[in-house]
Amino acid sequence: MSNKILPLVLGAAMGVAASAANATTLEDVKAKGFVQCGVSQGLPGFSNPDAQGNWTGLDVDLCRGVAAAVFGDASAVKFTPLSAKERFTALQSGEIDILSRNTTWTMSRDTQLGLNFAGVNYYDGQGFMVRKDLGVTSALELSGASVCTNTGTTTELNVADYFRANSMPYEIVAFEKADEVVAAYDAGRCDVYTTDASGLYAQRLKLTNPADHMVLPEIISKEPLGPVVRQGDDQWFNIAKWTLNAMINAEEMGVTSANVDDMKGSDNPSVKRLLGVEGAYGEAIGLGNDWAYNVIKGVGNYGESFDANVGPDTPLGIARGVNALWSNGGFLYAPPVR
Amino acid sequence: MSIQEQDSAGAPARASLLNDPKARGLFYQATLIIALVAFGWFIVSNTVENLERQNIASGFGFLQNTAGFGIIQALVDYTETSSYGQAIIVGFFNTLLVAVIGIFLATIIGFVVGIARLSNNWVISRLAYCYVELIRNVPLLLQIFFWYFAVLRAVPGKRDKWSFLFDTFHLNIAGLRGPQPVFEEGSGIIGWALVLAIVLAFAVARWSRKRQEATGQQFPVFLTGIGMIIGLPLIAYLFAGMPMHFNYPEFVETGPMLRRGFTLGSGFNLIPEFLALTLALSIYTAAFIAEIVRAGIQAVSHGQSEAAHALGLRNGPTLRLVIIPQAMRVIIPPLTSQYLNLTKNSSLAVAIAFPDLVSVGGTVLNQTGQAIEIIGIWMFVYLTLSLLTSAFMNWYNQRMALVER
Repeated sequence: MSNKILPLVLGAAMGVAASAANATTLEDVKAKGFVQCGVSQGLPGFSNPDAQGNWTGLDVDLCRGVAAAVFGDASAVKFTPLSAKERFTALQSGEIDILSRNTTWTMSRDTQLGLNFAGVNYYDGQGFMVRKDLGVTSALELSGASVCTNTGTTTELNVADYFRANSMPYEIVAFEKADEVVAAYDAGRCDVYTTDASGLYAQRLKLTNPADHMVLPEIISKEPLGPVVRQGDDQWFNIAKWTLNAMINAEEMGVTSANVDDMKGSDNPSVKRLLGVEGAYGEAIGLGNDWAYNVIKGVGNYGESFDANVGPDTPLGIARGVNALWSNGGFLYAPPVR
Repeated sequence: MSIQEQDSAGAPARASLLNDPKARGLFYQATLIIALVAFGWFIVSNTVENLERQNIASGFGFLQNTAGFGIIQALVDYTETSSYGQAIIVGFFNTLLVAVIGIFLATIIGFVVGIARLSNNWVISRLAYCYVELIRNVPLLLQIFFWYFAVLRAVPGKRDKWSFLFDTFHLNIAGLRGPQPVFEEGSGIIGWALVLAIVLAFAVARWSRKRQEATGQQFPVFLTGIGMIIGLPLIAYLFAGMPMHFNYPEFVETGPMLRRGFTLGSGFNLIPEFLALTLALSIYTAAFIAEIVRAGIQAVSHGQSEAAHALGLRNGPTLRLVIIPQAMRVIIPPLTSQYLNLTKNSSLAVAIAFPDLVSVGGTVLNQTGQAIEIIGIWMFVYLTLSLLTSAFMNWYNQRMALVER
C-alpha cells in the first residue's frame, strides 16, 4: 500500500495546481450567489455597521450597486471588515471580490500589488484635527506636536513628508485600529489627530466633546479613494468601474431611485442607453441589459448615496465641494454609456 | 506492488527484505520524508506561480527602499529617509528591549511573590495569593489596555506634570522624563572602569568561595562587588575630569499652548506606550512565575529546611543556600516557557502604538504589499529569539542540575 502514497500525493498536487482558479470572478460570484465585499472596521459615513449588523455608507453602497448589477438584488452582499494592514492581502488571495474601503489610489498600489483601482468614489485629502484650546489656526504652527494616526496608511507617509518639508520636529504615535487612535487622542496623548479629512469628520463624532475640536484648514495631500479589484480579470474590473460610472451618470441625468421606472419612458437617448431600453451595453460586461437600472433602483445615484451617508443633513455634515458633478464645479465626470 | 523501483539491493534477498522490519521501517521513513518534501515543494512552487500570475512583486529587494514614515522610539539611528530594512531593525531592537526588561522585572516580581505566598505571615501570603489569582485570570490584552488607557487618563496632561525624587523625574501623559547623561570627550574610561569592576567582582566571588571551602571563613562578596561596580566608575569619572553632564528636561510654562510642556528631545523620556507594555507584560508573566517558584520550593522536601535549622542556619540563609538551589532544578524548565511567552506576547504592542517588530513590520507590509516576505521575517526573528532563549536556559539548567558525587 505505502508505495502508492507518494504517487497519490504528487498526483493530487498536480491536480490542484492544474485546476488553480480558472473561473472568472463573475462566474465565482454568480455561483456563490453574493458579492464578498471588503470594508473598513467602522468608519461612519463610508462603511459602518449599525447595532443590528447592517452596513451602511458610501463605500458600502458601491458594493451593493455591484451586487444589484450582477443579481438585480442590492442585498446580495456579504461584508468582510478589514484593517488597513489586511486589506490588500485579503483581495489578492481572493477572500473578497472587491475592496471598497476608503482606500487611496496610488501608483505603487496600482502597479506592484497585482490590483486595479476601478475609479474614484470620493476625492479626499489629508487634514489635521486639534483641540480648540491649543489656539492653533494653521498646520504650519504644529512644530513639536505629537500626532496620532493609523499604521499602514498613506497618512503616515504624508505626515512625515509634510513635517520634514516644513522642517518641524514631531512625534508620531501610530495605532493599529482607528478606535484606539480616537481613544488616545481623546485622552490627550496627542496634540493632533490626522487622517483623511472625511475620516476626521467621521471620527470626531466618537470624541467625548466633539465641539471642543476643530479641523485645520490645510489639506496636505491628494487622497483619491476608490474601489479596488484584482488585476487580470477585465470583465470584473469593468463591472466595478461601470457601476460607479452609472451612479455618477444617473445623477447627471437626474435619474434617481424614486423616478427610475418613469425615466425608462424618457425620450432622452442617453437615459435610454443607461437604463437598457436602447442598445445592449450590459451584454458586453457579461450582465443583463438592465444592469444600470438595477443599480439605481437598488442604491440610488451617486448624489443620493452621498446625501444619505455623508452629506450636510447627516451627522458628518460634509459639503459636496470637489465631490460635486463636473457640471456643478466638482471633479465627478464619468465617461458616457454609448 | 512493485518494489523493484525502490529496491536496488538486488534480487536474492528480496523476499526477506519485504519482511525485514528494519528495511520496512527505513522504507516508510523515506516515503514520509519524500512526501513531506514534495508537499513543501508544491506549496512553494504554487505560491511563486500564483504571485507571478497576479503580477505581485516578490523578493527582499524592497528592504533597500526608503521608508518615509516616522517611528516614535528608535534605539538605532533612524530617520524618515532610512530604508525599510533599517525600520525593521528598529522594530527588532524595540522588541528586544521590551523582552529583556520584561523578563528581568517579571523574574524579580515573580520570585518575591512566589516566596511571599509561602510566608508564615497570613496577610502577606493572602496578598500574594490575590495578586496571582487576579492577574493570571485577566486576559493580557485587557491588562495592556488598562495600563495604557486607564493610567493615561489618571496622570496629568501634556501641559502639566507630577514631579518626584527632588524634582529630577517628571511624569505626565507624554511619558516619564528624567535627566539624560551626556558623555563628552574622554568618557570612555568610565565604561572601561565599569567592565573592570564587573570582572573584579567575579574574581572576588571565586576567590572567596575557594577560601571558604579551605578555611570556612566568609567574605562579604555582595557588598564588595556593589562597592566596586559603583566606586570604580566614579573614581574614573573624577580622575578624567568629570567629562559628563546631564541634559535636564525643559518644561515650558508660558507662550502658546502647543509650545508648553516638555520640549521634544530634552532630557531622557520613556514613552507611555513602552511603560504600559513593559509593566503589563512583567506583571502578567510574574503571576505565572510566582506559581512556578512556589511549586519549586514546595518540591524540596521539608527535611532539608529542618536539617538546615538543626545546623543552626537562620531562615534567610536556609532559603538562599539550601532551599532555592534545590528548587531551581524544578523551576528552570517551566521558567523558560514563561520567558518565551513574554517575548512572543510583546507583539501585542501593536494595539497601543509601541513600534515593536510586528507594528513596524505591519507598516512596511502595508506600504510595500510584501506580505509573505514580512511574515517570513517575523517568523524567523521570533523563532531565533525563542531558540536562543531556550539554548541559554538549557545551558543554565545543566549547570544547576544535580551533580552526582
